[in-house]
Amino acid sequence: MPLNEDVHLPDFSGVEKHGLYIPDLEHDSCGVGVVANIKGKPSHTIIEQGLTVLSNLSHRGATGSDQKTGDGAGILVQTPHKFFKKSMKHLGITLPNQNQYGVGMCFLPQRKDLYDLTINAIESSANKNDFQIIGWRKVPLNKEVIGVSARAIMPKIQQVFLSGPPNVTGDDLERKLYLIRKMAEREVSDKITDANKKELLREFYICSMSSRTVVYKGMLMPDQLGSFFHDLNDGDFVSVFSLVHSRFSTNTLGSWKLAHPYRFLAHNGEINTVRGNRNWMQSREKSLSSKYFGNDIENIKPICESDDPSDTASLDNVFELLRMTGRSVDHVAAMMMPAAWHGNKSMPKEVRDFYEYHGNIMEPWDGPAMVVFTDGNHLGAVLDRNGLRPFRYLVTKDDLLIMASETGVLPIEPSKVKIRSRLSPGKMFLVDFKEKRIVGTEEVLKRLASKKPYSNWLNKNRSILSKITTPNIYSDLDRETLLTKQITFGYTQEDLQVLIKPMSITGHQPQGSMGNDAPLAVLSDKPQNLFAYFKQSFAQVSNPPLDAIREELVTQRAVPVGRRPNIFEETPRHCRTLRIDHPIMTDNELATVKSIKIKGIKTALISTTFEVSKGVNGLEASIKRIQKEAVAAIEDGCTILILSDREVNKRNSFIPSLLSTGAVHHHLIKQKIRAQADLIVESGEPREVHHFATLLGYGASAINPYLAFETIEGLREISGVENEIPNRAQAEENYREAIEEGIVKTMAKMGISTIQSYTGAQIFEALGLSKKLVDEYFTWTISRIDGIGLEEIVQDNILWHSTAYSKDNIPSNLKLDIGGLYFWRSTGERHMWEPETLSLLQNATKRNDRLMFEKFEHASNIEQEKHLTIRNMLELAYSEPVPIDEVEPVIDIVKRFATGAISLGSISREAHETLAIATNRINARSNTGEGGEDPERFFHDPNGDSRSSAVKQIASGRFGVTTNYLINAKDIQIKMAQGAKPGEGGEIPGRKISEYIAYIRKTTPGIELISPPPHHDIYSIEDLAQLIYDLKNVNPSARIHVKLVSVAGVGIIAAGVAKGKGDVVLISGDSGGTGASPLSSIRHAGLPWELGLSETQQVLVANGLRNRITIQTDGQIKTSKDVAIAALMGAEEWGVATGALVAMGCIMLRKCHLNTCSVGIATQNPELRNLFKGTPESVINYFIFLAEGLREHMARLGFRKVNDMVGRVDKLRVRDNITHWKAKTLNLSPILHKAKVLDTDHAFCCVPQDHKLSESIDNKLIAICETAINENETVSSTLEINNTNRAVGANLSGLVAKKTGETGLPNGSINITFRGSAGNSFGAWLARGITFTVEGDANDYFGKGLSGGRLISKPDRDSILVAEQNIIIGNVALYGATGGEAYIRGIGGERFCVRNSAATAVVEGIGDHGCEYMTGGRVVILGETGRNFGAGMSGGIAYVWDPNLSFSKNFNGELSDLLDLDENSNDSDDLREIIRNHYIYTNSTVADNLLTNWKSRIKEFKKVLPREYANILQKKVQGSPDYANT
Amino acid sequence: MGNPFGFTEFHRKMPAKRSSGTRVGDWREIYLNWDEKESRSQASRCMDCGVPFCNKGCPLGNLIPEFNDLVYEGNWEEAINRLHATNNFPEFTGRICPAPCEESCILSINNDPVTIEMIEKTISETAWNNNWIKPEPPTARTGKKVAVVGSGPAGLAAAQQLNRAGHSVSVFERSEVLGGLLTIGIPEFKLEKSVVYRRIEQIRKEGVKFYTKTNVGIDISHADLQKKFDAICLAGGSTVPRDLSIEGRNLSGIHFAMDYLSQQNAKLRGQTFLKKEEISAINKNVVIIGGGDTGADCLGTAHRQKASNVVQIEILPRPPKLRLPDNPWPERPFVFKSSSAHEEGGERDFSILTKKFIGDKQGRVTELQCVRVEWKHSIENNQTVMEEITGSDFIVKADLVLIAMGFIHPQHEGLLDNMQINYDIRGNVESDARMKSNIDGVFACGDMENGQSLVVQAIASGRRCARNIDVFLVGNSSLPSVQEYVRPFHNI
Repeated sequence: MPLNEDVHLPDFSGVEKHGLYIPDLEHDSCGVGVVANIKGKPSHTIIEQGLTVLSNLSHRGATGSDQKTGDGAGILVQTPHKFFKKSMKHLGITLPNQNQYGVGMCFLPQRKDLYDLTINAIESSANKNDFQIIGWRKVPLNKEVIGVSARAIMPKIQQVFLSGPPNVTGDDLERKLYLIRKMAEREVSDKITDANKKELLREFYICSMSSRTVVYKGMLMPDQLGSFFHDLNDGDFVSVFSLVHSRFSTNTLGSWKLAHPYRFLAHNGEINTVRGNRNWMQSREKSLSSKYFGNDIENIKPICESDDPSDTASLDNVFELLRMTGRSVDHVAAMMMPAAWHGNKSMPKEVRDFYEYHGNIMEPWDGPAMVVFTDGNHLGAVLDRNGLRPFRYLVTKDDLLIMASETGVLPIEPSKVKIRSRLSPGKMFLVDFKEKRIVGTEEVLKRLASKKPYSNWLNKNRSILSKITTPNIYSDLDRETLLTKQITFGYTQEDLQVLIKPMSITGHQPQGSMGNDAPLAVLSDKPQNLFAYFKQSFAQVSNPPLDAIREELVTQRAVPVGRRPNIFEETPRHCRTLRIDHPIMTDNELATVKSIKIKGIKTALISTTFEVSKGVNGLEASIKRIQKEAVAAIEDGCTILILSDREVNKRNSFIPSLLSTGAVHHHLIKQKIRAQADLIVESGEPREVHHFATLLGYGASAINPYLAFETIEGLREISGVENEIPNRAQAEENYREAIEEGIVKTMAKMGISTIQSYTGAQIFEALGLSKKLVDEYFTWTISRIDGIGLEEIVQDNILWHSTAYSKDNIPSNLKLDIGGLYFWRSTGERHMWEPETLSLLQNATKRNDRLMFEKFEHASNIEQEKHLTIRNMLELAYSEPVPIDEVEPVIDIVKRFATGAISLGSISREAHETLAIATNRINARSNTGEGGEDPERFFHDPNGDSRSSAVKQIASGRFGVTTNYLINAKDIQIKMAQGAKPGEGGEIPGRKISEYIAYIRKTTPGIELISPPPHHDIYSIEDLAQLIYDLKNVNPSARIHVKLVSVAGVGIIAAGVAKGKGDVVLISGDSGGTGASPLSSIRHAGLPWELGLSETQQVLVANGLRNRITIQTDGQIKTSKDVAIAALMGAEEWGVATGALVAMGCIMLRKCHLNTCSVGIATQNPELRNLFKGTPESVINYFIFLAEGLREHMARLGFRKVNDMVGRVDKLRVRDNITHWKAKTLNLSPILHKAKVLDTDHAFCCVPQDHKLSESIDNKLIAICETAINENETVSSTLEINNTNRAVGANLSGLVAKKTGETGLPNGSINITFRGSAGNSFGAWLARGITFTVEGDANDYFGKGLSGGRLISKPDRDSILVAEQNIIIGNVALYGATGGEAYIRGIGGERFCVRNSAATAVVEGIGDHGCEYMTGGRVVILGETGRNFGAGMSGGIAYVWDPNLSFSKNFNGELSDLLDLDENSNDSDDLREIIRNHYIYTNSTVADNLLTNWKSRIKEFKKVLPREYANILQKKVQGSPDYANT
Repeated sequence: MGNPFGFTEFHRKMPAKRSSGTRVGDWREIYLNWDEKESRSQASRCMDCGVPFCNKGCPLGNLIPEFNDLVYEGNWEEAINRLHATNNFPEFTGRICPAPCEESCILSINNDPVTIEMIEKTISETAWNNNWIKPEPPTARTGKKVAVVGSGPAGLAAAQQLNRAGHSVSVFERSEVLGGLLTIGIPEFKLEKSVVYRRIEQIRKEGVKFYTKTNVGIDISHADLQKKFDAICLAGGSTVPRDLSIEGRNLSGIHFAMDYLSQQNAKLRGQTFLKKEEISAINKNVVIIGGGDTGADCLGTAHRQKASNVVQIEILPRPPKLRLPDNPWPERPFVFKSSSAHEEGGERDFSILTKKFIGDKQGRVTELQCVRVEWKHSIENNQTVMEEITGSDFIVKADLVLIAMGFIHPQHEGLLDNMQINYDIRGNVESDARMKSNIDGVFACGDMENGQSLVVQAIASGRRCARNIDVFLVGNSSLPSVQEYVRPFHNI
């Protein structure tokens, strides 16, 4: 490809300064690989092999708009002494002996003065440490091979060689080199000015400085690395290992330094808690002291490189620090990324104690992470507790170790392979080159656990709160003061009735439905608590949300509180802490803490109230006071600070608890003494999940919500005969459980498993708070459009306080405010949907009355002082009008509308089909939602209508996602998140799973369905690219569409989607609907689409990626003005869901989750469904009204085509008549910033993505199979395969489905054998009649979505492995399979058969979470299983061969029973038949053995049978039910 | 919420009525009471809607889903508190409200609405029976004095609210009894007067002073009133009836409905009338002109007075039985409704225009000459026009004619004219957004301000007016707002 010299560099300076782009939110993810000689024999071959591995991981990396510029690639190796010696000799310099000198791999600025500055910094730092510069070497580069963009920002690349006093060797030498590097970095950083900042930050970076290792990396594509760095090709360039990494970044604002590996590690995944971890590191800085550094300790601070946004960089910084101060690499890894030890009975006690002890020293660095680390002498890898990243390894007979994110990255003769294995969750792996062997997890941990008497120390020093708390004693309730307090703290009737009461009865978070249509806190007239301005962040694409329900075993609620001494030491003092098992503390527990008398623990009580008559000055003075008191308490030796607002009275009001917490937390961090004490909050304010989550997120370790507890008692005393609240202790326990469950879920949304690391992690965005306030008290929190400050906060506070203590106590007044937030009330909070707007829209669409529609629009586009949304504050800047008949016609505009992803199941069949018919008639698009679709709907109705939804959604539950479903889609939408509950899976209550719904979803009627929070095949951006590729293969004509939810950084994710070759990206607002979701998620998660859409447009335009991808937006869009604003902000397509439902008769009952919709929409109750009166005509009328309205706006704005108006934010302006006292503090200009469009570019989608399908092996397959598909012949063939052949069979299966629908081909039509290592998604959606055999092994997602085909996996015919002892396929096999068979001779990875609904599978051992969420099919496990087998399994049957009786400890019996079998069991014959097939297809020796001794062996089987499913099986009548009339 | 499935389990059911035969023999109320269980089942039909249209449909903004849920839970004491938070007199509206809440109830889209009104009545009576409703005088007095002119529902509501805010309130009533239309106009069988007095007693004990037989403008001059009081609340109602000025109107035996109804109420209070003054239906052919609620009240009263025959005629056409497509929910349903009085007998006829009254030699009315009319919608000017049907004339026998055609506006002569109050185009007191008239310190509410309307509107208007007067007097108000959220102490 000729180099396009016109390529423009991405330029973010504008959008960073004036827009919404925040570089801190950049993400990356990747492929990692290692090649090593276990015996410690260096060679150049190792380097070559490393480079091969790297280029075979290319598909895990990405390129930007410049196709030759990669996101980053690199290699970390042992210092190649021989090579360096030779090279330096050419320069006339003689190097000292091996390991006697250090080499620094440096990126240096191109600009001369800056170059000199950095060189001087390095040299002077060396001199200060008595080191000499031996010499500098320019690293020879081949610049021709790299992209223009990369070249434009390329630094100078030079190596510095330095040596110190001869007695400084080994680790001491490493420490000195570390110190020199840190000092040089600090010196440069001190010299940063505004004039040189950009270049210094971009171009100065020391990749490595060590006597043992060296890093070569850059903004390269994987296969460019070897040719770019000439050094890597020299035969003398040798190493024992090479550690390689290929990076996929979410945008192309590439940076050379962000390539991996870092100095000690390379990482695949994401550290979700990194903000908190950095804060905690800073907090510790003052207490750091190390014998290795003495006074130099000051010179290595700050520990975390402050200007580096990357989580990996911080991880590496701390890893390095802990290694340099005396711990071994494995020790550091275990400490930073602990396994899920809490409550893990199968872990030896001393290991658990090791982890608990270290938990007192350091909070976990939590998030999906697969980290490979090395200090040159040891090389190891660790996988996070959730095991969300793949890591496969093999060892050959000649001691070569190959480990990588995928198998097959380096071709190895099958006969040479000794071991094929993988790293399992929470496990570690170490190669000790001195001992010349691999040390396994158990041995590593045993060694670590015996280093010090950790168990003993814990027993003697650590206290456990629950063990020292006396039982509850309650005092009588004073109703009068209770009410006063409730008013003071801003309680509403809804807080009591909708939140607190249900929680105290059920022990669960309350559920709700439909979206949030109330105003943003900053736009409301009602007083707001501070929590309401914080929006929960959540994981999407770049990291996965976790499954806090089904995979609860990895979560940890307990937190240690107390003082954290110097982390470099390990002494008994380090665990003189108090373990709090429940972060929500009862009154009694807090009383215990207050009066605690244990050595090393001392509490201080700080009153967080202020004198209300002094207003904002009083508040500010009180904040200063509590900060001062906190510092004084710590100086006085206190280790626990209790921030209490118990003293609220007539004179004093409370400082908002979040404000006092944030103020103290950040003050102590700034003073660097935060690690000296922990914070406990005693407050009347927090009452719902979100409140507690924010308090924890800003530094509280535990919270006592005394007023919430008192409120429960108040409610209990007056509760009636129905819905009774249980006894006081039980009610409090229920409430606590509900809140904690909610907190865990909130953390899980962000991919965090432990409350300890969530504490202080600040996973929130502020919306409507001033930057000043945020910077001061919630430092590093994102707040993009400014907003209110202390003055406004205090006004709300005074309002509550004065109401509570008002003299005029009016009889019969409603004492507590009505609320009206969840349910509309005339005196409550305002809503977009209220009686007027609902009835106007219904009547307008029913009667096709345009005038009434205009009334509806008028009522909805709330003006003046009644803003509900950001867009309400904007107006269209009409100018240069064009005649309306020149504007593109309605018929074209309506095509751009979509209805939301509302599943059949969430709504009734009638409602779902009405939406489809309506949208199909006008060529708009309806959406299946995640519930699948009746294949009958893929055919047209006799009257020409089509009930087939144009958009077929694929969500984490994969309900009914068959090949036939996918091939019948115009759009395939991957739902990454949902506005009403981003980071959570769909939920549908059992009462809505009718026979018909269960039939479509392939599940069991009456059984609740919860979709997994993550897509188990998308844990990061390169996985999403993989799924896009898979789907595109199945249906090349469909647009692949990725649904995201607005949040800070969504634009960056969208850039990743564009680079991952998505065709459409949907930016959903936070206010969208839902059929069922926790209320706290509906209210508090996600952000308005205005922010997300604008950010997306800005980032994509700046990246030069905008023209490749269509942007759609949705979230309470309901008027033509909304549509116009969406288009001007950058969306060329728009989703309208709630409005369409209203047009069909929805009256916002908000009972979707209860199945009691009285107008037959959101219900499956047949009687209620009969009441459905909606018509396609009403829906069509609505869309036509919207399009007509849009045309009028377009004419007045001067646009003839929608495409012309996309991204034209200059045609929007903020109203000049905003007087609302809070709203006027907002600054909307970042939303209205227009990113500069490159000359060659357009701001809308006009260039198709190149999916590279022509390179797929399926082209060959299709040619081979043509006669089988078209002429019913039988076809057989054998092909080679390797890991870069991905989604093999998907395209072929799509063709088969297109031709034959659900039926597929006759059994045995196509038989293909592949030899080698199959790439990801082998046999995805394989259709009936196709058999694929892979001889060798396979990667992740084997048989994803299997739709009737047969997959066989067995070792290569030349293999010498014992099949059943080695891994043969990767993680997440048969995810969402809807039919077919799989026979796997060997062990599978984690989450085998997750969400299987009909396939039969045999495997000889699996990892954790097997058969999770399974709803149907048969699974036979002829070997060991990992933990948590059968979690959420509500259908199907699993048979586990368990001769050693070890299965029961791994079995999750929440929904299923474990049954014994014998030869007389009904299923004996079936099971034998399945195992016989396994033998026939794979030659399995295990199967052979079982079949030979069947009578005795069958007794060794356990049968896993879901309870409800068993009932259904019993009831089931023969034959398939007739659903036609359901 | 209590029972989300209630509406699928129970049908709408009202308490039993006394049989029509029995009840026309006395003046007592018609409905019997529910048992506790039935009230709770009926309350459980409430769907606790996300957007409860009832809350908007009720002019008071009654918190209907809330009290339904409390009743379902059996928490009657909380229920009356919740009711009182928005409504001073739930025992009135629980009996005589046409219940726009039920018309807007979401269940009524395709089912029968929740029996909101009866639940309201049941809550009130339970509370009265349990002695939960007590005088609640204010804790402190502001020293400000307010005069309320008129003791109907608007005046009473305003008085009670103003008193609760600590102002000293005097209510002036020109009649000998308090209660306005509640006691004077509404028949006993719909609202037993003891129910009204019981409530007025509470208000009196809370400190409100009542002056009956005091006609402001005559017994006290307006100037005096303005001098003595810091604010005046005009709540005198809409009292000038709409007349039918046709031939024969001055025959005897033709009366305004309100004269007829008020006399019956007075009789029940023990007042006696001279024969020539008395309006009685006994053994007469009675014709009621006007098909509305007042007409129905006359019908029930005439039956109780043993009329020999009663005919009620209406000029507008008979409404359809069910909603027509152009009258979808949640618009007020234009459908044929029967009140309890209609069950007791009498004829109803529609689309009838009365052309003239015909009398005997004594000048007594004997019959009406009527004609049938047709209502035609003209598309051209989008107006509906009435046309007589030629040849459809007919005669109706009548010894007593009651004109129940509503009221035009408040009485101007006397107080209002004397004060030089401005009127709006309909002749009602003109007021600004804060319900203040053109005269400083003088406010108006109820029918006097809005024109004739429902009792529930009057209470709502009285509450709203009290809040406005409170703000006028002391700068802000802790009295509740009606149907809207108003941020208290908003000083930014």
